[in-house]
Amino acid sequence: MRYYDKLIFECSKKGRRGYSLPVRKYERTLKELTASLCRTLALGLPEVSEVDVVRHYTNLSQMNFGVDTGFYPLGSCTMKYNPKINEEIAAMPGFQALHPLQPAETVQGTLRICYELEQSLAAITGMAHFTLNPCAGAHGELTGLMIMRQYHMSRGDFKRTKVIVPDSAHGTNPASAAACGLDVVVVKSKENGLIDVEALKQLLNDEVAGIMMTNPNTLGLFESEIDAIARLVHGCGGLLYYDGANMNPLLGVVRPGDMGFDIMHLNLHKTFSTPHGGGGPGSGPVGVCERLLKHLPTPRVEKLQDGTFTVLHENEESAGQVSAFNGHFGILLRAYSYILMLGKQNLKYAGRFATLSANYIKESLKDCYKLPIPSICKHEFVFDGLIDDGSKVAGEGNGATTLDVAKRLLDFGYHAPTIYFPLLFHQSIMIEPTETESLETMDDFIEVMRKIAAEAATNPSYLKSAPHNAPIRRPDETTAARQPILKYADEASVN
Amino acid sequence: MGAFSYFPHTEEDIRKMLERIGVNSMDDLYADVPKKFLYDREYDLPDALSEQEVRDYFSSLDQMNTRLKVFVGLGAYDHYTPSVVPYILSRSEYLTAYTPYQAEISQGTLRYIFEFQSIICELTGMDVSNASMYDGATAAAEAAVMSLHCTKKKSRVLLSSTLLPNVIKVVRTYAKFRGYEISLLAAEQGQTSLAALQKELEQGDVAGVIVPELNRYGIIEDFTGFAEAIHGAGALAIEYCDPSSLAVLRTPAEWDFDVAVGDGQSLGIPLCYGGPYVGFMACRKEYLRKLPGRIVGETKDAEGKRCFVLTLQAREQHIKRERATSNICSNQSLMTLFVTVYTSLMGPQGLYDVNNASYGGAHYLHDRLLRTGKFEEVFPDRPFLKEFVLRPSCAVADLQKKLLDAGYFAALETEEGYVSFCVTEKHSKEEIDALVELIKEV
Amino acid sequence: MSKIVEGLLYSESHEWVKVEGNVAVIGVTDFAQKEMGDITYVDMPDEEDEVTAEEEFGALESVKASSELFSPVSGVVKEVNGALEDEPELVNQDAFANWIIKVEMSDPAELETLLDAAGYKEFIKE
Repeated sequence: MRYYDKLIFECSKKGRRGYSLPVRKYERTLKELTASLCRTLALGLPEVSEVDVVRHYTNLSQMNFGVDTGFYPLGSCTMKYNPKINEEIAAMPGFQALHPLQPAETVQGTLRICYELEQSLAAITGMAHFTLNPCAGAHGELTGLMIMRQYHMSRGDFKRTKVIVPDSAHGTNPASAAACGLDVVVVKSKENGLIDVEALKQLLNDEVAGIMMTNPNTLGLFESEIDAIARLVHGCGGLLYYDGANMNPLLGVVRPGDMGFDIMHLNLHKTFSTPHGGGGPGSGPVGVCERLLKHLPTPRVEKLQDGTFTVLHENEESAGQVSAFNGHFGILLRAYSYILMLGKQNLKYAGRFATLSANYIKESLKDCYKLPIPSICKHEFVFDGLIDDGSKVAGEGNGATTLDVAKRLLDFGYHAPTIYFPLLFHQSIMIEPTETESLETMDDFIEVMRKIAAEAATNPSYLKSAPHNAPIRRPDETTAARQPILKYADEASVN
Repeated sequence: MGAFSYFPHTEEDIRKMLERIGVNSMDDLYADVPKKFLYDREYDLPDALSEQEVRDYFSSLDQMNTRLKVFVGLGAYDHYTPSVVPYILSRSEYLTAYTPYQAEISQGTLRYIFEFQSIICELTGMDVSNASMYDGATAAAEAAVMSLHCTKKKSRVLLSSTLLPNVIKVVRTYAKFRGYEISLLAAEQGQTSLAALQKELEQGDVAGVIVPELNRYGIIEDFTGFAEAIHGAGALAIEYCDPSSLAVLRTPAEWDFDVAVGDGQSLGIPLCYGGPYVGFMACRKEYLRKLPGRIVGETKDAEGKRCFVLTLQAREQHIKRERATSNICSNQSLMTLFVTVYTSLMGPQGLYDVNNASYGGAHYLHDRLLRTGKFEEVFPDRPFLKEFVLRPSCAVADLQKKLLDAGYFAALETEEGYVSFCVTEKHSKEEIDALVELIKEV
Repeated sequence: MSKIVEGLLYSESHEWVKVEGNVAVIGVTDFAQKEMGDITYVDMPDEEDEVTAEEEFGALESVKASSELFSPVSGVVKEVNGALEDEPELVNQDAFANWIIKVEMSDPAELETLLDAAGYKEFIKE
């Protein structure tokens, strides 16, 4: 990776052009529009040639790290390999050219893909039905909670406005609950990192709409009392929501539907290998049990008795429409391609290999990094910082922190793990290798992590100034937040 | 177990790893899972396919779709995609990257998002933009919520009845659960009514008003007097806009609006049966702290080099949890790269040419359709850009069947019983002529 | 060691109060600013807004955290410290010299529930 310091605006020269369009000659032109409806504001877009654009974005790309560049031990993000056949399928010109409002009879192939993908996701998770409309994981959470509320409201039960969320939950859980008009009630975890069932009991009453759970939780631990939790929550009239962010270790092993979950979302960009794209577009299908089918959002693909497919646009009992059209079809294509490649034969190894790899790394590093919860983990685990942070040599308060370890890893060609999450520990380092990394990749990573721990013990200040080999050094985030420069024109005015 | 191309584990590797962990089998790693939850049956899935078989399968499904010439918009516009755009987007450094939390190895992503924000600000005239939203409809829903955060003791958001139907539906869904009221503003002759707006604002409970720049009938709306009325009532003026058209039409900033939202799809993003597209949201700087979603800012690194970071994160879900401005977590990063590369290639002149060709083509089709005698004008005095509706005097079902059989997706029937058409720079005069000839025969 | 100023009243959520007649001048303590680290933004109410004792009236933000501010007293905001809008770092520089809001109290009896300097010193020791 090498530093390159341009913005596309700085490549601009008046009169250059990067496009070619056919000449269209019509009598009527924009000039006939009333002036008061036309733009008079100057439009400061770049004027660049095609080669300028290609070079600029190629140069920019070389400051970026991706799964194809190297290993991402990024907890709760499931950065598995993104198969290339998926991209080929998604790029098929026929699929790209379909208008979302085309009549069903002209998109039978596409509707069939949606239907079969829904069926496959249902088979994998043990849920009865899926909607593919949500655009991302957090959007899936919001949609799932809307279905939860719709269910209670449809039964005339309006006082269920609380949702229980464990203290180890992803930050999106409480934020999604708030966006859905629900009040969050936090249930504490026990010493062993699992939900305190006794504490949960105290929180249950007829105001509880449901509970949101991540299983395995964000510590990578399986909530083994799930059966009791499901009985308790159902017993008080609530529903169980499964946050599918951590579905990967259960792929081919355990189905959320069988554990009593009523609603769940999946992150296709995690569990089903679609690329993260630098932070989207993702896709967050939501699965429900049979009795919630009628509350799924519209539009919705349905199979007719004659074997053809149609799109249901209105349904009174539905929670409503949650996205502009039918979801991220381009992402759905990739996920379905992945499922077809896996098939039932390979599926059952995906989760097991992910779990095997995580435990292997955990066991290989626990003598250098603090392991607060030593039990067998699933796809990820959490260290609470270094065992020897070097404060013995550098003085109290000058030891290497989790942030320093993360930044030093960048020097060795690895992405950093997830850090300072979960909030249960002060120096959390959350590691998730996924099933697509080889033993050799993991061994190299382990060696580097051990080397960093040794550096920390003897020379923590070197870690504190890391990264040393990345395109840039640590950025000044405080100034960025105090004096925000958020667009090119701001920059010009500052300098 | 047979070897599989995405799993590098050999029998020997597995043995070595189990040994290090100190267990006998992979199943031992699930000993904490109650036995009854371990799924020991065969999954109801197809058998694993080879890559060739997967390709063939999708090709066969592709054949089951009908290739149509698209003359419909209604929120998804068939503009031309320059070949450079998908080429750049396919670069794995962009495609396979994570959200740019580690700024030191994500400067590529952070820079293009900064460029995207700059482009959205240029197009809308607004001061600040976020790093994108899921799509236009959800961006509108987030803008409605934002207006409630920016105002005090207000509980209602007004939506123009001329907004696209799917935008109204999504905003209504969000509002129903979040717990605020939505009212629809009536239209006069296809344009949001200022009188109706003024009347609603009198109640004093309105936090925000969302109106479309190009509406569901394709009409270019005139917002003379709108901002004054809305601001007078202490509410936020929000425009739902088509960013491509903003290169030529009066911007939300020029109408003195506070927030601009919309879908970036019209900037050359393929139709792809509805997604992924990219929502955007921009606003006046006084509302920056209430803006939902990611934001990228410029700063310097420890050596003084210019660099970019995710900033103002204290508004976001991973820090504020239930007090966050929104639950949105990711943005549509790769699609912002799409918009950025497209807009850079087109520049001001390219976008002008796109709009001019769309305008010319749409008016050519409009005028020729009227001459067939099979349609009447619905809103004769209203200006439109690339999309318009007509009242058919023939049976719509017959018309559509004829068009579909001939490979045209056009004259989509709207809720009001009109038929909707859209023309872009992609359509040639000959294609338009052929469409008109077909319609004449109905 | 965090600075504590004698003669002020303190809340357990780390706000200080200086009583000037019927007006409470409110800021955050040195302890609170140290806990936050570099403050990047101070979210403040508008003048004439009502505040309620023990309820949120604003927030301090740093790069990686957001911490709510709770009003020690009920009343109406009479003045906000506009200087903090552009220079939130003033709170880091001197938390006691840089007040955040001035509130006209509706129930001065609420002051009785607050800690004095010695009490607050004891409180943060725990």
